[in-house]
Amino acid sequence: MKFNAMTAVAALMLAMPGAVAADPDDDNLVINGELEMTTKAPLPAHMEEANMDQIMSGWHFRSDETQALEMDDFDNPGMIFVDAGIDQWNAVEGSEGNSCATCHEDPSSMKGVRAVYPKWDEEAGEVQTVAMQINDCRENNMGAEPYGYTSGEMANMEALIALQSRGMPVDVAIDGPAQEMWEKGKEIYYTRYGQLELSCANCHEDNYGNMIRADHLSQGQINGFPTYRLKNAKLNTAHGRFKGCIRDTRAHTFDPGSDEFVALELYVASRGNGLSVEGPSVRN
Amino acid sequence: MAEGVRPRVKAPKSADAGEVVVIKTLISHKMESGQRKDSDGNVIPRSIINRFTCEFNGESVVDVKMEPAISTNPYFEFEATVPEAGDFQFTWYDDDGSVYEDTKSVSVG
Repeated sequence: MKFNAMTAVAALMLAMPGAVAADPDDDNLVINGELEMTTKAPLPAHMEEANMDQIMSGWHFRSDETQALEMDDFDNPGMIFVDAGIDQWNAVEGSEGNSCATCHEDPSSMKGVRAVYPKWDEEAGEVQTVAMQINDCRENNMGAEPYGYTSGEMANMEALIALQSRGMPVDVAIDGPAQEMWEKGKEIYYTRYGQLELSCANCHEDNYGNMIRADHLSQGQINGFPTYRLKNAKLNTAHGRFKGCIRDTRAHTFDPGSDEFVALELYVASRGNGLSVEGPSVRN
Repeated sequence: MAEGVRPRVKAPKSADAGEVVVIKTLISHKMESGQRKDSDGNVIPRSIINRFTCEFNGESVVDVKMEPAISTNPYFEFEATVPEAGDFQFTWYDDDGSVYEDTKSVSVG
């Protein structure tokens, strides 16, 4: 009898973490009933010393209801912004009389782009993000005003481009000429900022799966960006999120589009090497 | 006509006679409540979708009156019985007089 009672108590205790529900779940992300996504993957080689066993999409840390929104494109509010992105893609702007479509034709020509960015650009001699490429095109090929780095138009365009690569594994290069920027991003990731003296790793590596006030800490992966957030009912860019995170440490943040954030984006993207590109994802 | 308005409907293409199907609709619309002010303190005029209807072969399925508190990009999901083959007709009425329409045909069998 005593043994049985103990077993029952043990079973109850095992069930408890589920009741708290801060832990990531084991659900499978299948979009539109056909596109199977890789949302958990082994650690990339460069993360051997990281304080974690595997990498996981932020999707696993959300409630079933929020998860469901991403499983059907009709329910995914991010798709409204993709539609706006298609309009922008086809709109002629600037002094050269060009639209995105003039050179790139269909948005499907962007397939694979989101998976490998940020990426070293030999011509520019720097690591470039998708946003930098978009603005480079706007300024030099279209003669148009650049988008604000975290503006709605930029997010729409990033979402349209990310969608073309949805389901492909993130695979950013961290060696060769990009390595210097990657090292810089890694240093930022592990540096404590602000009055609260928190690094990215303190929350997203050491404490993912735990609660931060009323919210669940994810691993801080950016494979799902741009992300539709229920809290502000719009698409959010990775740099906008970085800024929010650093602000929450009560630090003076870097600027979106700055070298520091480009380096951090490259590093954080590389921590998700192997996860599927999810953008535009849905989070809370 | 307000900018960026696009109706979207998800409905099954076929159903059994008498089957209850799920219909999802969404229209992208800013749904300006008329209670906000711009940076100069002027009231931003109300601009919302004030009515949404769905009919099946001319028979009303839902008829919704909408108010300013409804948020951006109104989404409706409802069930409808499909008695026979026909067309679902969806209509959204804008404050500015614009009417947006979409039709989905359902076959039976």
